[in-house]
Amino acid sequence: MTAPVSVHNATKIFGAFTALDDVSLDIEAGEFIVLLGPSGCGKTTLLSILGGFQSPTKGRVVIGGKDMTSVPPAKRPTTTMFQDYALFPHMKLRDNVGFGLRMRGMAKAERDEKALGFLDLVGLKTSADKKPHELSGGQRQRVALARALAVDPDVLLLDEPLGALDLKLRRQMQDELKAIQKRVGTTFVHVTHDQEEAMAIADRIVVMNQGRIEDFGPPADIYMRPRSVFSAGFMGEVNFIPGTVKHRVDASALVDTSVGDIALPLKSFTVGAPSPGQKVTLCIRPEHFRRAGEAEGPVVSLGDATITGSAFFGTHYRCHLKPSSAPDLSIVAHMPQSADVADGQILPLAVNLADIVALPAQSGRS
Amino acid sequence: MRDVLTKVASFAYAGLIYGFIFLPVAVLVLFSFQDGRLPVPPFNGFSLQWYEAVFADRKLMAALANSFVVAIVSSLIACLLGFLAAYALARYKLPGSALQRGLLIAPMTVSYLIIALGLLTVLNTFGIKLSLWTVGIGHVVINLPLCFAIIYSSMGDHHINIERAARDLGANDFKVMALVTAPMLMPSILAAFFLSVTFSWDEFIIAFLLSRFDVTLPVEIWSLLRSGLNPKTNAIGSLVFLVSVAVLAVLELTLFGKTKKS
Repeated sequence: MTAPVSVHNATKIFGAFTALDDVSLDIEAGEFIVLLGPSGCGKTTLLSILGGFQSPTKGRVVIGGKDMTSVPPAKRPTTTMFQDYALFPHMKLRDNVGFGLRMRGMAKAERDEKALGFLDLVGLKTSADKKPHELSGGQRQRVALARALAVDPDVLLLDEPLGALDLKLRRQMQDELKAIQKRVGTTFVHVTHDQEEAMAIADRIVVMNQGRIEDFGPPADIYMRPRSVFSAGFMGEVNFIPGTVKHRVDASALVDTSVGDIALPLKSFTVGAPSPGQKVTLCIRPEHFRRAGEAEGPVVSLGDATITGSAFFGTHYRCHLKPSSAPDLSIVAHMPQSADVADGQILPLAVNLADIVALPAQSGRS
Repeated sequence: MRDVLTKVASFAYAGLIYGFIFLPVAVLVLFSFQDGRLPVPPFNGFSLQWYEAVFADRKLMAALANSFVVAIVSSLIACLLGFLAAYALARYKLPGSALQRGLLIAPMTVSYLIIALGLLTVLNTFGIKLSLWTVGIGHVVINLPLCFAIIYSSMGDHHINIERAARDLGANDFKVMALVTAPMLMPSILAAFFLSVTFSWDEFIIAFLLSRFDVTLPVEIWSLLRSGLNPKTNAIGSLVFLVSVAVLAVLELTLFGKTKKS
């Protein structure tokens, strides 16, 4: 089963600390949503409010069209998969997975059969008679998933479930989670601080910071067309170049920056149309820089730049560059692995216009 | 040379320590097999007559059964109450919880004699007749702090998420306690139970002051002793010792062996 989830103006205040600040969110049935942000951004608080372990100071939670704001966890069509797995240490795996069904009054034989089915789903059917302490971290993870899914929830809440696994296993579990979610069709809400994990599994990502939603959309949109400076910086490495809007010409705006005037199409302004005199921040990903002449489509030249340092990363060279026109600016750019890169080399730098995102400059917020 | 000296000295020391601890018990057990009327040296020969006498003694056997029932029932109650108190204080924010913890453990510091006298006064005031029940109440009073302390100390924060998961899957408070919390804490609950059983089994002052017609084994042994030394008391003492050792052995094999493994 599956259900849509809506959060209306949720605020959660702990003493003097505002963990959630007027958050509204609409999740469609069957979506894989990832709440992404640094620790203390409010993502876990939001998950607890969805699960019913905490109630919002203000605001409402609607699941499957019903107001769930003050309904206890057991009565909600949600189950939570905890960070530390929270398996029952004294029960065999089949009893762990069947626990929720037992609470719903299902007979032993029937729930054993169903539990075996869910253990099969996560590839642990042959371990049904083992106890949790006999399993590895990744296996416990799977049992926790099977246990949470066994009660057929409308919404599964996952609280940093992959945080304790090593990198390789984490990548593997991400693929499995995604595949299982596709199969069961349940709405998944997954919390993480790892942006790669978020991009790997999410249908849509919710980027959170300081109790607010900074950005919300499919991974490619969040990465390529972020709607906040925080979101741009959190999703991966990015160069911020400050500028001021000079004036608008038809479908573009001229921005004055330290590396020269740049005429940007209006669709580069992801948050809204610019007004003359507005301070903006241009965001350019390291992989979007080109040597002038190599780029395709409409490009903007940023003048010459000197390589001040470089390192080979396998898929690319990561270079630090100093533009000749703005010596106090340091730019990180990726050069192709086949490139001939040397410190002190001077390059003509260019960027595809479509790859530049311009956001209103923010002061005092990171 | 010096090494040999140290070795001899440490063996002698260990021997003296164990002798000091176990000689009385060894003597007790040895003279329970005495073929004669006095449990004192010299040892006249091996005989089981005093064990025969013990098993033939209706009063002693009744006292043994009484002790057993009082120990089991009072320990069950002490464990149940101790578990509930520990659960409440570990899982909920209660007013003055530090003070409440202190109050629960405080009876440990009061001598059994004082507790017995206090209970005697209370029972008299309410006109409650002395019986095995009142002995049991006394034993719950002395064992509850012990059970609470043992169970409370094993309730870690890492259990909180597990209980939360159970609740999330639809378990009510009672089911969470009965199906998740108590089984998870079973090693410490059993440890508390068996310790409580041995304390109740050996306890004399409260059992003496709070009983009347039906008495427990230590009280019966005491009344035997009043009529003078007799190898029969040695025999019953050996039996009591055997029971305690058996309980300890069971504890060691089942519980402590298990916790080492996991």
